[in-house]
Amino acid sequence: MNDIETTLRKSAAGLPRTAPDELDTLLAERAAAEGLLDVAYASADSPLGPLFVATTPRGLVRVAYSEFRSESDVVEELARKVSPRVLEAPARLDEVRRELDEYFDGRRTDFDLPIDWSLAPGFTGKVLHETARIGFGRTSTYAEVARGAGSPRAVRAAGNALGANPMPVVVPCHRVLRTGGALGGYTGGVERKEFLLRLEGVLG
Amino acid sequence: MKLPPFQTLLEEHRSDVYRFCVATAGPAEADDCFQETWIAALRAYPELRRADNLRAWLLRIAHNKAMDLHRARARRPLPVESVPEPAAAPQVPLDGEPELWGAVRELPPKQRTAVFTRTVLGMPYEELASLLESSEDAARRNVFEGLKKLREEWNP
Repeated sequence: MNDIETTLRKSAAGLPRTAPDELDTLLAERAAAEGLLDVAYASADSPLGPLFVATTPRGLVRVAYSEFRSESDVVEELARKVSPRVLEAPARLDEVRRELDEYFDGRRTDFDLPIDWSLAPGFTGKVLHETARIGFGRTSTYAEVARGAGSPRAVRAAGNALGANPMPVVVPCHRVLRTGGALGGYTGGVERKEFLLRLEGVLG
Repeated sequence: MKLPPFQTLLEEHRSDVYRFCVATAGPAEADDCFQETWIAALRAYPELRRADNLRAWLLRIAHNKAMDLHRARARRPLPVESVPEPAAAPQVPLDGEPELWGAVRELPPKQRTAVFTRTVLGMPYEELASLLESSEDAARRNVFEGLKKLREEWNP
């Protein structure tokens, strides 16, 4: 009789079906402690829908509107452009999520987060650094940030750089408008830009 | 080399790795085996040159971790079998045929791994050979010898 294989297969039903969830939390903590967690990500609720947030040991590296770009797409992008050592690790993003909550509640006007600019190389980085200096409730124009980034004639390129902002909300590309006051475009749709400008008291 | 995000690996294979750990390292050591496996995998991951057989790669790491845990257990002064499970040990339910899985764990490491991956995961011999870093023939022999021993030794 060759029943041992059948018995093994049947008794496999007595093995746990999967690993307990808390092991993932322990794994992420240990990975971070051993310097093996290059990118940690989580999801955060906001009045603009769910946000995807990711950090490296250096700082916040990515914010994305999940309704606009799927989480798996962004995770894939991070694996390709930053490091394949990417894990969902919400505890690593507690501070980021807290500051975002405070901002959306109107209790915070400045983000106090270290930033990892890995996803904003070259001219994009220059434009976004310039953008990061525009304060809460104030606005600038594509032409002005192009000038601030050292290329006054690269207005269209500045617009593209803002469209490629890897950290919307925190790097406030919503504060950059067209010369003359038209809203211009926005990563995540212009209605989100309107919402943020209203939150900051720029729009009535 | 384009590697998938590590989180994808974890989601796809965490169940197989955990079940492998319970079956081969034992319920009391399963959590350790699981964590050691994933930490070692995370450490080696960026240098991985091929991403076409990740389950076999992960289970090879788990196979080695299970062996380490068996060795550590053998080095302990008292035979573990005579010591009650420490209260803090995770209580993993192992109904079905606990004695049978006990017998599986007593097999030589390669046979133990071969028997589990064939009978529970239905792993193809080609993948098992890659896991064991052996020929397909050797993989077949490990399954055969392991099952033979279990038939001889395990009488319900």
